[in-house]
Amino acid sequence: MMAERDEPTGALVRPYAVTRGRTRPRLEIAIEALIETTVRGRSAGSLKGGHVREHQHIAALCDGRLQSLAEIAARMQLPLGVTRVLIADMAADGLVAVYEPTSLEDAPDAVGTELLERVLSGLRRL
Amino acid sequence: MAQRPTAGRVTSAKIVIAGGFGVGKTTLVGSVSEITPLTTEAIMTSAGVGVDDTRQVPGKSTTTVAMDFGRISIDRDLILYLFGTPGQTRFWFMWDELVRGAIGAVVLVDTRRLADCFAAIDFFEHRRLPYLVAINRFDGMQYHDPQDVREALAITQDVPVISCDARNRESTKQVLISLVEYVLTMRRQRAVAPA
Ligand SMILES: Nc1nc2c(ncn2[C@@H]2O[C@H](COP(=O)(O)OP(=O)(O)OP(=O)(O)O)[C@@H](O)[C@H]2O)c(=O)[nH]1
Ligand SMILES: [Mg+2]
Repeated sequence: MMAERDEPTGALVRPYAVTRGRTRPRLEIAIEALIETTVRGRSAGSLKGGHVREHQHIAALCDGRLQSLAEIAARMQLPLGVTRVLIADMAADGLVAVYEPTSLEDAPDAVGTELLERVLSGLRRL
Repeated sequence: MAQRPTAGRVTSAKIVIAGGFGVGKTTLVGSVSEITPLTTEAIMTSAGVGVDDTRQVPGKSTTTVAMDFGRISIDRDLILYLFGTPGQTRFWFMWDELVRGAIGAVVLVDTRRLADCFAAIDFFEHRRLPYLVAINRFDGMQYHDPQDVREALAITQDVPVISCDARNRESTKQVLISLVEYVLTMRRQRAVAPA
């Protein structure tokens, strides 16, 4: 179903944010943000570091299949916060792409309305 | 990042399902979700700081809060999530993350225990998150006029109050459609007559 789309190429959000004066690999990944394994993330050989097993698990879960942070946390039976850090690290290494949700709070009116209309017609088609 | 139209890019949106303990939130999510509802846990400290952080904050006790959710693929590149709020209403910080950027909320009510939804309604009004009230029809329960429920909850005329069967997919679909229609209507009114 997702197969026709272009291959994800890398992180779409800034991987490093300065928090309280320190640089940490912490993305503000929303619970509903979508994650997908990149071409790079698919080759297990590029995985290294302290959380290889978790990274491999996430790379397998999101290979050709969009999964939210919440889904990954639930399927791996890890707390949301732990999963968020794992994904931020992987995004920083280009192993996964992170797609931001469309926030009805932040989006311009036209974008919010377009999103709502798409959701509405999608629900009617169900 | 969210400045561009959603068509042609991968993105997601969410709707919050709130209500008192055992009112049918998980049932409602499950009736329409394409996956069996999943549960995820967030760790939070008693003080509400360092919420969901992996580092332990010394001297503060931590609590695990579970919430469940479902998923509806609207398109191959647009996914809608339905998040059930944790039953414990004192975890405001979790609610904060749950509602941030959401389309709106469904407040599910059981007319035998109306007061159970007061906290949710107060919270959504405070956060200015659009919501509707859905009365879950439990078996053997007498019919309640939505207008009576509206008065009992002291909510304004514009907030939709509808009746539903959380176990029924078509009924749940209709609840979600009503919410999105309501949010769209409110935005159009706001565009015509700015406050
Ligand atoms: N008869 C009837 N039973 C229902 C209905 N909706 C839910 N139930 C039942 O009520 C019980 C509670 O439903 P849940 O969906 O677990 O409620 P919940 O709001 O998720 O509960 P908590 O997460 O524990 O707060 C379950 O046994 C359901 O099968 C309904 O419309 N009619
Ligand atoms: Mg539940």
